[in-house]
Amino acid sequence: MTNVSMTVNGKAVSREVPDETLLSEFLREHLRLTGTHVGCDTSQCGACVVHVNGKAVKSCSTLAASLDGSQVTTIEGLANGGLHPMQQAFTENHGLQCGFCTPGMIMTSVDMVNRYKADGKELTAQAIRGELAGNICRCTGYHNIVKAVEDAAAKM
Amino acid sequence: MYPTKYHKAASIDDAVAALGAGEEALVLAGGQTLLATMKQHLASPSDLVDIRAIDGMSGVSTDGDMLVIGAATTHAEVAGSADVQRLCPALAGLARGIGDPAVRHVGTIGGSIANNDPAADYPAGLLALGATVVTSKRQIGADDFFQGLFTTALDDDEVITSVRIPAASRAGYAKFRQPASLFALVGVFAAQGAGGTRVAVTGAGEDGVFRHVGLEAALGADWSAAAAGGVGVASEGLLADIHASAEYRANLIGVMAKRAVEAS
Repeated sequence: MTNVSMTVNGKAVSREVPDETLLSEFLREHLRLTGTHVGCDTSQCGACVVHVNGKAVKSCSTLAASLDGSQVTTIEGLANGGLHPMQQAFTENHGLQCGFCTPGMIMTSVDMVNRYKADGKELTAQAIRGELAGNICRCTGYHNIVKAVEDAAAKM
Repeated sequence: MYPTKYHKAASIDDAVAALGAGEEALVLAGGQTLLATMKQHLASPSDLVDIRAIDGMSGVSTDGDMLVIGAATTHAEVAGSADVQRLCPALAGLARGIGDPAVRHVGTIGGSIANNDPAADYPAGLLALGATVVTSKRQIGADDFFQGLFTTALDDDEVITSVRIPAASRAGYAKFRQPASLFALVGVFAAQGAGGTRVAVTGAGEDGVFRHVGLEAALGADWSAAAAGGVGVASEGLLADIHASAEYRANLIGVMAKRAVEAS
């Protein structure tokens, strides 16, 4: 067992967990933050993406014990009063159907827009599709997700 | 996942000691392959020795025209490094094309080469660029380091600390992705520099990454896509699976070699 302390969505948390606990398990089972979804558990689908120290990572492929002292943001921590512009854009552009992949899509997309803005690069529709390589949606066919990211990028 | 014991190594000596003490201890770097493997019960290390917090283990520096990349440097850091972009843009491009953004934020160069997946990108880059792998006990040339499928020259208690990569005068990398896994179905890294003309192929060899002598001779005489396209690539010794036959991979080697030269 290892004592893991981190800041999750701005709040200090500390739990004694087995060493092999994945970040996704830490969030869902120990903190009851079930907005982070586990789709494939093989690191391919991206439903479990959260931000660790400001970067998108797959929480099903990271050990909680290795993140002692880290800052973690999950889908629950994104809205600040009203919805985050990315969440709003997914709603308005019908960027989801069943919604299972949506938490990961949104966390990946926020990270993507932040990186492109920091680098001063243009986020084209083609670039968005490339950046979403690690997030799988089986409902939408991606068109409305791409539209939502373009929409949000203009407002972020 | 089976139970394991997690260690955060404070120094290289500490990591080596923990690796020696564990019954079946493994190094943990980014874990983007290792943790997935453990979840599938294909690996069950007694101990995981995390090397990422060790001072000097990550980051890019230069030694003259030599790139020195710490073992725990992530793919995103290599892709974004101004030094890598200046001295070897093909390597920055290779790093930018690994997996997906979330994997690139965590996966490391040391982890990739220690795993030596036969379809990984870095082994081709390091072999073609004539890199040297620096470990806790020695320096190993890329030609000696990569020994076969998931097999390297590393001892069980040996830790990669950095990779030294000489700048090439010309280099290019092209790969054809297997669309589901995003790994290279075939990737070709071609480079020309102080070590001559070297062409390394990943994704295709039954024994993992390999150098292609025919392509090296042709590109050594004439660095052009036409020269690469004129080389007959044999299918003997190439992988065949549900994704592609050995003959298809042989053809892709020629096509990717041409694209690698065009990209250089």
